[in-house]
Amino acid sequence: MADEPMVVERPLLSKFNVIAGLIILVGLWLTFKRFTGGLGAVSNLDHSNPWGIWIGFDLLCGVALAAGGYTTAAAVEIFNMKKFHAAVRPAILTGFLGYSMVVFALLYDVGRPWRLPYPFAVNQGVTSVMFEVGACVALYLTVLFLEFSPVALEWLGAKKIRAVVVRLTILLTILGVVLSTLHQSSLGAMYLLVPSKLHPLWYSPYLPVFFFVSSIAAGLSMVIFEGSLSHRFFKDKMDDEHRKSANDIVLGFGKGCSMVLAAYFAIKVFGLALGNNWNLLGTGYGLWFMVEMLGFVLLPCLLYAIGVREKNVTLIKWTALWTVLGIVINRLNIVLICFNWQLPADQRYFPHWMEIGISVFVITVGIVVFRFIVTRMPIFFEHPDYKEAH
Amino acid sequence: MSTSRRKFLKWLTAAGAASALPSVAEGHGHFTGYSDSYGVLHDTTLCVGCRSCEKACNEVNDLPAPDRPFDDPTVLSDVRRTDEKAYTVVNRYDVNGPSGSPVFRKLQCNHCKEPACASACFVGAFTKTPEGAVVYDASVCVGCRYCLMACPFDIPAYEYNKALEPRVMKCTMCHPRVAEGKLPGCVEACPMEALTFGKRDDLITIARERIRKYPDRYIDHVYGETEVGGTNWLYITGAPFETLGFRTDLGVTPAPELTSGALAMVPVVIGVWPALLGGIYIMSQRKEKIANQEKAAAVKDAINTTQAKADAALKAATEKAKNEKDKAVEKAVKKALDDAAKQTGGGEA
Amino acid sequence: MSESIHTLQEFMLQTKGIIYLLAIGYLAGFVWFWRFLHGRDKKEDQIG
Ligand code: SF4
Ligand code: SF4
Ligand code: SF4
Repeated sequence: MADEPMVVERPLLSKFNVIAGLIILVGLWLTFKRFTGGLGAVSNLDHSNPWGIWIGFDLLCGVALAAGGYTTAAAVEIFNMKKFHAAVRPAILTGFLGYSMVVFALLYDVGRPWRLPYPFAVNQGVTSVMFEVGACVALYLTVLFLEFSPVALEWLGAKKIRAVVVRLTILLTILGVVLSTLHQSSLGAMYLLVPSKLHPLWYSPYLPVFFFVSSIAAGLSMVIFEGSLSHRFFKDKMDDEHRKSANDIVLGFGKGCSMVLAAYFAIKVFGLALGNNWNLLGTGYGLWFMVEMLGFVLLPCLLYAIGVREKNVTLIKWTALWTVLGIVINRLNIVLICFNWQLPADQRYFPHWMEIGISVFVITVGIVVFRFIVTRMPIFFEHPDYKEAH
Repeated sequence: MSTSRRKFLKWLTAAGAASALPSVAEGHGHFTGYSDSYGVLHDTTLCVGCRSCEKACNEVNDLPAPDRPFDDPTVLSDVRRTDEKAYTVVNRYDVNGPSGSPVFRKLQCNHCKEPACASACFVGAFTKTPEGAVVYDASVCVGCRYCLMACPFDIPAYEYNKALEPRVMKCTMCHPRVAEGKLPGCVEACPMEALTFGKRDDLITIARERIRKYPDRYIDHVYGETEVGGTNWLYITGAPFETLGFRTDLGVTPAPELTSGALAMVPVVIGVWPALLGGIYIMSQRKEKIANQEKAAAVKDAINTTQAKADAALKAATEKAKNEKDKAVEKAVKKALDDAAKQTGGGEA
Repeated sequence: MSESIHTLQEFMLQTKGIIYLLAIGYLAGFVWFWRFLHGRDKKEDQIG
């Protein structure tokens, strides 16, 4: 494409390309091992610990952190908050790539990935929460693809099809919010089935609500966080509207996230009361629970509030990173750290380096595709032909 | 194709005729399970830990040879769980001290009345059969391993080292053998009659009878009668259950009940969200329209006021001018008349 | 031909299956209804 010389001009790129290339080579080798030797050849998964970091990190964290897509689209398209308009496209793109990475990682995790359509095409296990998660993720990936498609169509110059898709924006946005509400909460609901394995401080009938509310905080924080990264690396690709509204977006999303975290903290405390688990707070797991609650929910909630009052954009950006980290810790607690807590230490799970290698590989592929798209397609700028169009 | 799927499809095709839908046998959403189902009672006070059952199970299910032979007594020094090579294992518990007589306990799928594995599986690979066994259908399994996660007894195992057709592995309660009128392999092989195969209801009666007859020998509890909604494999022991590796904190809630609330919210979200979000969209759109209209109206208003003022000023000026003009005209007319009168008067005078 | 349900698992398999079908139907119907509801709005008011 016409932009190709740009890529060569970027000094950082060659270094980036070398590292990414190496990771991808290792990833391909691990892929070969995984699909010739089975799951056991590359992972520490076992009968008592059937889910490891591919589910804990790639799936649960990936889906939560990709929530920026539906939260931003809802804010702009449904609640009509026009000043956040510039955030929609990057958020949709990261949402789309995030979900694609989730599905990509799943291909490694499930035993027979070629059968992934079976639950819908062959035999419907509708009693499973996972059936619903699968259906929603598959549909939502389609919705994100359609929401993203105007970008690619502008790039390709297909005006007619683009016009059709743009007309569907509001319907797609509403469908996206419905599907996201369902599967974000259902990822938590999957753990409703394991009261005997998940530590009582994390097990709660509220799990679906916890997951849904925290996904909003994760999504908003990710938009802020990615925004600041993109400003660092793709500034030359941004148009004036994008640069100008950046601070508005940081302040507005920071305020929203502060409120969401406050609500999340409250319902977590209510959950504690619901299970009458106060006495467990004094144990080792209790301390860890308090670290999560105070350090990664209440603290960022306050820091966001201070940042918004003081109009301190830098503070908000760092808080966004902290919040994202907190959500990751929460998901890992549920899947790995506080799961099977009553098993003796030698029967607990710790990821094999090759599992981490495959996770890193999946993320690297995601970043490479993201770069490819933002350096070419109208993400951070408006296509000159469609300035007025939205 | 599993039975559950066939039933599901049958119901779907029959959905038009409500009478064809299966009716709920027990009212008020309370289900008591298949009344004539089979089960096995394991009496640990009779078990000597010979592992004949393990050997028989391995044979009837064509499982791979074990890492250590079945007559190797050192195997019993580890507490093991079921895995992809063993549907059942016998563990030794030295509950009476190292010198006292140990207690042995056989472990395998408990064939829950409301199986967590079946509730978890998103392709419906597990079926609770009316005969009592919970059977697995490898021909649809995707390999997500949610069933391993869900089982409260940590029973199902996965073939992690198979690349092409990994399966979930667990005891079938010898469903094919039972269908042929035979005993489960392990029950048949047990030399001590520590395992009793029969109707679940009868087994509970037998267990209660033994406890009643020998109150010193048994703990007064039939494990599996109510645990997680009841299981078809039942246990009675002389030592407290928790010392024999039994989980006594599982409660009596059947697995499907744990997720039924969350699943019930799904249609609520699907039903309400589009209307709610659509409503918010319309309102925010209208707000913007009204704001725009008001803005337009204000501009128009401003223009109108200025216009009116200008008009008024013009009118006033015109009037004033007109008045002055009128006055001037009047004056001129008067003067002319006067002049005329003078002239006329002078002429007539 | 009516058979009876003995387990909660079977009951949920049936009821959830029907509910999923109803939900898909509802979503499709909602799109139609939305257009019906707003179909007569003036061009500049038209939504969706
Ligand atoms: S014991 Fe586990 S594997 Fe066996 S039926 Fe119950 S939940 Fe399923
Ligand atoms: S591993 Fe197979 S049987 Fe187990 S829940 Fe997944 S699809 Fe079902
Ligand atoms: S019932 Fe059959 S499959 Fe189950 S443990 Fe006994 S022999 Fe093995």
